[in-house]
Amino acid sequence: MKKKSGIWRLPILLVIFGVYFSPFYILAVISFKPVTDLSSRWKFSSAPTLENFQTAIEQGGILQALMHSFVIMVVTVVLIVLVGSLAAYPLARNQSKWNKVIRAFVLGIMMVPPLSILVSLYSIIVKMGGVNQYWGIILVLLTFELPQAIFLYSNFISSIPTALDEAAALDGCGPVRTFFLIIFPQLKSVTASVVILAGIHCWNDYQFSLYVLQSSGMRTVTLAISSFFSQTTSNLNAASAAALLAILPVVVCFLFLQKYFIKGMVDSAVK
Amino acid sequence: MKKRNRVMNLFYIPALVVFSIFVIYPLCKGISLSFTNWNGYSQNYKFVGISNYTRMLTDKNVGRAFINTLIYGAGSTVLQNVFGLAFALLLNQKFKGRAATRTLIYLPVMIAPLIMGYIMYFFFSFNNGALNDVIGLFGKEAVDWLSSGSTAVAILTIVNSLQFVGISMVIYLAGLQGIPDMYYEAADIDGAGAWRKFCYVVLPLLLPAITSSVTINLIGGLKLFDIIMALTSGGPGYDSHSLSTLVHRTYFASENAGYASAIGIVTFLLIAVFSNIVVQYLKKKEVEV
Repeated sequence: MKKKSGIWRLPILLVIFGVYFSPFYILAVISFKPVTDLSSRWKFSSAPTLENFQTAIEQGGILQALMHSFVIMVVTVVLIVLVGSLAAYPLARNQSKWNKVIRAFVLGIMMVPPLSILVSLYSIIVKMGGVNQYWGIILVLLTFELPQAIFLYSNFISSIPTALDEAAALDGCGPVRTFFLIIFPQLKSVTASVVILAGIHCWNDYQFSLYVLQSSGMRTVTLAISSFFSQTTSNLNAASAAALLAILPVVVCFLFLQKYFIKGMVDSAVK
Repeated sequence: MKKRNRVMNLFYIPALVVFSIFVIYPLCKGISLSFTNWNGYSQNYKFVGISNYTRMLTDKNVGRAFINTLIYGAGSTVLQNVFGLAFALLLNQKFKGRAATRTLIYLPVMIAPLIMGYIMYFFFSFNNGALNDVIGLFGKEAVDWLSSGSTAVAILTIVNSLQFVGISMVIYLAGLQGIPDMYYEAADIDGAGAWRKFCYVVLPLLLPAITSSVTINLIGGLKLFDIIMALTSGGPGYDSHSLSTLVHRTYFASENAGYASAIGIVTFLLIAVFSNIVVQYLKKKEVEV
């Protein structure tokens, strides 16, 4: 390749930087601004304050919400890894006509937009007593995140030589022990992708939590923030402080583990 | 070995159980509810035939939401793929700050769409909106961005694309990095310029990436929900509702569960049919190339 001068790139990069940095910048400006300061949202306050964070924590219950989101995310992700890899194993290994049916079925599940079955999904959760329960939201998130995990795992398991399974069988391992002792330990890199993708979705979920978690004592991060915006419209500063606290863990994780995040995204997209 | 396979089939059970309870059963139940006048909580409701479906044909709000959903889907797909590919071509070159640029463009993908919507509210609000401050610098009057339906739909499409363009970008970057240098060299020898190289070498080889990226963007756009709830709640009036937010509104605000179910089923069919047509078309192209 010949060497070209890169001057033309500069204006483009500046625009990209401006557009993509400004949302975070504005959020930070508003979070540290006193409620009474009505100056432009582009200007940092001359007297920055932490009172917005205090309001978000004391009135918005944001710390409690962060805890709820964290518990839900961790349990859901663990279940997705277990149930997903377990289902992917026969899907990748048994070459039967049943497998084609199951594969098509899982693909079909992926196509169902959750909002389109909202009414009946919600009434089932109500009937099961899952409203305002950890297990209610966890099972729903598990269901809708599972198809992607199953496909990621099954593609990966297909690339592991079957000789490994056969050797285990000769040594007298049943399928259960073969899976847990031989196959599962091979799945570390794809598990990283599954954990990241599903973890982000669970953490950011709004549409499911909105129905399943209705009591104010069970709010997740997104619900806490949305209630802040709808109730105390006069205090947008505290709302943005809450939003800043909610995205901070995700942003920090992303900056440190960027490579895995992007790899996970590409793996899930390119089949 | 037969017995082994049978034991292995048991591994499907946990997944199939949750799918049946939370997808298959609700889907069937949703279809049957869509033929009733259930209000969402009462024990009594009756079968009303296809009247929910015929009502939709004359319901202006449903028509508007239907068209909006298509705009959200198609608009986001076009924007994200054009800009995603452009960003990928830019970042496929070596220059200082390349990694930082990629990080910055991908960062919003991590943020909850709901929160992104609220941040955008700070930009587009009339009073003290960040965008109005900027156009004020150029001496323009402040604009009430979200007061008209068509502007609101355009803004929502742009915000969604802006947030998720990073997905297309990394898919295309991976695709570009998979094109061997010798293809470019061969094109150089044949005397192809940059534009012809792009059309005859890069694009055809990127087709699988295009298929993945279009599928993800299209389904994401057609399902749009969180950002709308945060930025406009479907307003002004009903003008920026997608079918998803309309189902939500019809169910919770209007307590019209039977009708909401019917809209939901139509949403499902729209997304399934529309995305299948597009994906099949792209797959066929892939085979031709």
